[in-house]
Amino acid sequence: MELTSHNLKSNVKDALGNAQLQKALSNVPKGFIDKRAKAAAALDEFEALRDKGREIKDHTLANLDLYLQAYEQKVIENGGHVHWAKTAEDARRIALEICQKHNAKTVTKGKSMITEEVELNEHLLENGIEPVETDLGEYIIQLRNEKPSHIIAPAIHLNQGQIEEDFRRVHTHLEDDRDMSEPETLLAEAREVLRKRYFEADVGFTGANFLVAETGSSVIVTNEGNGDLTQTLGKVHVVMASIEKVVPTLADCSQILRILARSATGQDMSVYTTFSTGPKREKDPDGPDEYHVILLDNGRSDMLGTEFEEMLRCIRCGACINHCPVYHSIGGHAYGSIYPGPMGSVLTPSLAGVEKAGTLPNASTFCGRCESVCPMRIPLPKMMRHWREREFEQHLQPKAARYGLALWAYFAKRPKLYRALVSFAMPALSLLGGTSKRISSLPLASGWTKHRELPAPEGRTFMQAWAQREALKQEAK
Amino acid sequence: MADTRATVLADIKNSRSKKASDADRAKAVAERLSGRPTGIIPKRGQLKQSERVDLFAEMATKVHSSVVKVKTYEDVPASVSNYLREHNLPAELIMGSDRRLAKAKWAAEKNLTIKKGPSDGQDLVGVSHAKAGIAETGTLLLASGSENPTTINFLADHHIVVIAAKDIKGDMESAWSSLNKKDDQVEMPRAVNFITGPSRSGDIEQKLLLGAHGPRALQIIIVG
Ligand code: SF4
Repeated sequence: MELTSHNLKSNVKDALGNAQLQKALSNVPKGFIDKRAKAAAALDEFEALRDKGREIKDHTLANLDLYLQAYEQKVIENGGHVHWAKTAEDARRIALEICQKHNAKTVTKGKSMITEEVELNEHLLENGIEPVETDLGEYIIQLRNEKPSHIIAPAIHLNQGQIEEDFRRVHTHLEDDRDMSEPETLLAEAREVLRKRYFEADVGFTGANFLVAETGSSVIVTNEGNGDLTQTLGKVHVVMASIEKVVPTLADCSQILRILARSATGQDMSVYTTFSTGPKREKDPDGPDEYHVILLDNGRSDMLGTEFEEMLRCIRCGACINHCPVYHSIGGHAYGSIYPGPMGSVLTPSLAGVEKAGTLPNASTFCGRCESVCPMRIPLPKMMRHWREREFEQHLQPKAARYGLALWAYFAKRPKLYRALVSFAMPALSLLGGTSKRISSLPLASGWTKHRELPAPEGRTFMQAWAQREALKQEAK
Repeated sequence: MADTRATVLADIKNSRSKKASDADRAKAVAERLSGRPTGIIPKRGQLKQSERVDLFAEMATKVHSSVVKVKTYEDVPASVSNYLREHNLPAELIMGSDRRLAKAKWAAEKNLTIKKGPSDGQDLVGVSHAKAGIAETGTLLLASGSENPTTINFLADHHIVVIAAKDIKGDMESAWSSLNKKDDQVEMPRAVNFITGPSRSGDIEQKLLLGAHGPRALQIIIVG
């Protein structure tokens, strides 16, 4: 996993000063928060289902080795192949071997964070195989040679005009006078270009939202239909999934599906939820000739039995990111990891090591919104605190950061006072500045203060800070 | 390769915090896999049959599917022809060998050309038959196979799905039970597609755009 998390401070500074980005980021709270709230409110059983989801995953994690073996056995019974990968390197090697065995020239890809995690695209390219991302957002960032800035909305950091420029640059067949100013026309163009690619592809890669032990099925949940075309039209379907994706039964999976889409996009159900079980059967007119699953550990088994175990319940819905005031301000790339926001601040150091990613848990205001919306009830703030403590203990932070942490710890031990102070994100940070009335001694500080000049402790209300950011966005228009 | 498998499994086993005995764990896992306990079924998934069909239609419409009801399979071909006319589509479609679809009197629609088999991506209109519906969310369950090839679900611009009213279940759990079983265990077709509306994307500035890579329109014909 390529990381620039150690540059957090300068990343933040850049993000806050980037008018295009700030304009694009305004779509995050606007789009997601309201929709999730409505969907959750419309289902009386939503909260009970969250408890159920937690219970299912906790049970699975306590027996993960057994469920993985049960799952493996079912995949094999259905004519599929299972490959085990301890590291990202293992996963890349296995994926490449499958491609090479089939003399693959191009592979299509459904949206998959795991293949981002192991940097599959780079590895395939180095070996002369062209990976084609087919999810619209992933396709756009592939054109730009960027990483996703959000786990379910990879191109959310971009505005229509920027995407149009990329299409004109790469799709050289477009006439100059063709109107591409509407998102609809961009989508139609991508649809047309990608249609051909599905049929040309030798191998189709997807991730998995779930693996079902009862049946040996891999599950993808999507809206566009690209993942299904990828896994149906490629001669070979390769699923790459991390070990914690397994759930015991179809019934268990159905429970969690009820909270996944609602938390992610506010839909009751995503458009396509597909259960794939093995390759093409004898009488099947379509489907892949071969079906492979690559099961990836990459640091996850080390999380079991630690204070970070609960993070393995994560179903990658993105709700914690969508509700994070820090993410709203800096976007995904500033985190320097493909897993941004609260879930990334916990997961990235777990996978990549606190030395490389230990600064990430500082990109938090501890406002607690992430935990309150997490469908799997993962105590994200508590875990970020654990990381900060570990990082502190290891003296990995610059002195200034440790000073900031000490101040932070003062408030953290006085929950009432702390809560009163952190009810809004930005003043909270400013208050950490203590008597200096400035927060420049915190790692994030100069980034924040340069553009906001947050005074402390008078603070400003969230709305005031918001207004200033809106003004910045106007400049981008 | 076998070594990696052993390593991963051993690492998982050794790091777990809850140290229940292996025998107890194996028992718990076996019980769950064979018992398959049902969880929480939302109230709206537990309606009577007649109310279920209405809720299904309402939820499907909400996600931009369009829904029509006909009395018998005899009425299906005319309903399909109507749809094609209304949308200025050529009188051509593709479908699989589904028996219930085959039973309908397509010959009555004189101008209609029907192709049989999987889609090669050139078809504007595809017709499928659903195994089940889910009232809770307005979702269709389609199973792969020559009766209803998966490619039709994703490659046709307009996807017309026929469903028998009696196959509309309340909840997802009940929909699973409409698949074939062997020794009380669901026999999974290669692909089970749960479809809730036409394809869409929100990837450009969070704007809802219909017709991403899959069908631009989803028409549901409820029979009965
Ligand atoms: S941590 Fe929770 S809210 Fe965040 S992505 Fe994972 S499941 Fe969703």
